[in-house]
Amino acid sequence: MTATKMTAAQVARKVIENKELFIIDVRNQDAFEDWKIEGHNFNYLNVPYFELLDGVEEILPKIPANQDVLVLCAKEGSSVFVANMIAETRQDVYYLEGGMKSWSTYLEPIKVGDLSSGGELYQFVRLGKGCLSYMVISEGEAAIIDAVRFTDVFINFAKEKNVTIKHVFDTHLHADHISGGRQIAELTGATYYLPPKDAEEVTFEFTSLEDNLKVQIGASQLEVGALYSPGHTIGSTSFIVDEKYLLTGDILFIDSIGRPDLAGKAEDWVGDLRETLYKRYRELAKDLIVLPAHFMIIDELNEDGTVAKPLSELFNANHGLNISDEEEFRKTVTEQLPPQPNAYQQIRQVNMGKITPDDEEQTEMEIGPNRCAVR
Amino acid sequence: MEVVKILDVKGLSCPMPIIRTKKEMDTLFAGEVLEVHVTDKGALSDIPAWANAGGHTVLEHREESDVIKFFIQKG
Repeated sequence: MTATKMTAAQVARKVIENKELFIIDVRNQDAFEDWKIEGHNFNYLNVPYFELLDGVEEILPKIPANQDVLVLCAKEGSSVFVANMIAETRQDVYYLEGGMKSWSTYLEPIKVGDLSSGGELYQFVRLGKGCLSYMVISEGEAAIIDAVRFTDVFINFAKEKNVTIKHVFDTHLHADHISGGRQIAELTGATYYLPPKDAEEVTFEFTSLEDNLKVQIGASQLEVGALYSPGHTIGSTSFIVDEKYLLTGDILFIDSIGRPDLAGKAEDWVGDLRETLYKRYRELAKDLIVLPAHFMIIDELNEDGTVAKPLSELFNANHGLNISDEEEFRKTVTEQLPPQPNAYQQIRQVNMGKITPDDEEQTEMEIGPNRCAVR
Repeated sequence: MEVVKILDVKGLSCPMPIIRTKKEMDTLFAGEVLEVHVTDKGALSDIPAWANAGGHTVLEHREESDVIKFFIQKG
């Protein structure tokens, strides 16, 4: 029997296709409880590798014989060590290539839908971290919104589709992950836009993303329009794509709403958040499809792996949009907050251009779930 | 605190630092202290957790530039 590697891409297919998988997570209990690979039909056994140094006999009875078994750890080494021991004793087993580090960085591009004039909209799902990026394609041109830092994925995808990246937007100054926007713009000659109110401290040149800015993708009338929607940050801006999709950034998610505290100003921004969610968004067409910049739990994924729901449905079912009492709303978004994302202050500094960590340090900063929402 | 042995596992990554530490620990008597030098950052949480599970005590740990030093007393 042998231990074979499984890639993050293969695990992603299992998540999206709702396949069964038995995961033996050999990281520490704390690490496992904080952040793991989520799947609808995944089962888990968490036992740290250092409890298995003398052998795996004690966990063998807990491993099902009729399911794929995946051993994983933080980076890979310990999972190979444990997987080899399991393989020696009985069954075929997989280990996760690159460990949780690799899972955290994997992006799955999924088509959300067709746009007018033959255009297309893609969502890049970063399953390990819950980040969602977007690419709008039309007539040889592309715009990217909220790109994560794996710039080659977007640049290669654009090449494959034979389109030139013209516009790169960030809906706000991100605090949970490092943006790839500025770098993509530098590498491709595209224009990089940031909301000026989030960018007061940035150290590089950018184009101001103003309310109502409209850019055209390709020769026809396919339009990406900006809508100022503060609350998660003071500059947070949404986009309306082709009058059909509403890209909400970190303001509104499928089953939760944005938290106002990651720049340290929860009390100041709670009013803005309320105004955006209860006034500005309510004035929009209800049949717009909401495409957020994050998902929090795997249940927010649709059957095809996308994260998207009509605005009307969110007005009905999203608790954060249905708190009529303003005081209760204020309390919900300022007092019942989950822990802040890992290294969020450092990540903001990276996104402002103030510090330039190497790749390994960036990976380290981004470890763990995104935690941008409040439910 | 009297250190009986120093184990250098710098440059090794998971799971080797713990495998080597355990091996070394097995040669010590209860109460004796092993000093471990490690560069793998995963050791920061893994060594204390391993020690705890095995009844050993991490008396102290120091981070000196890129090297983490653990002082572990055998239980």
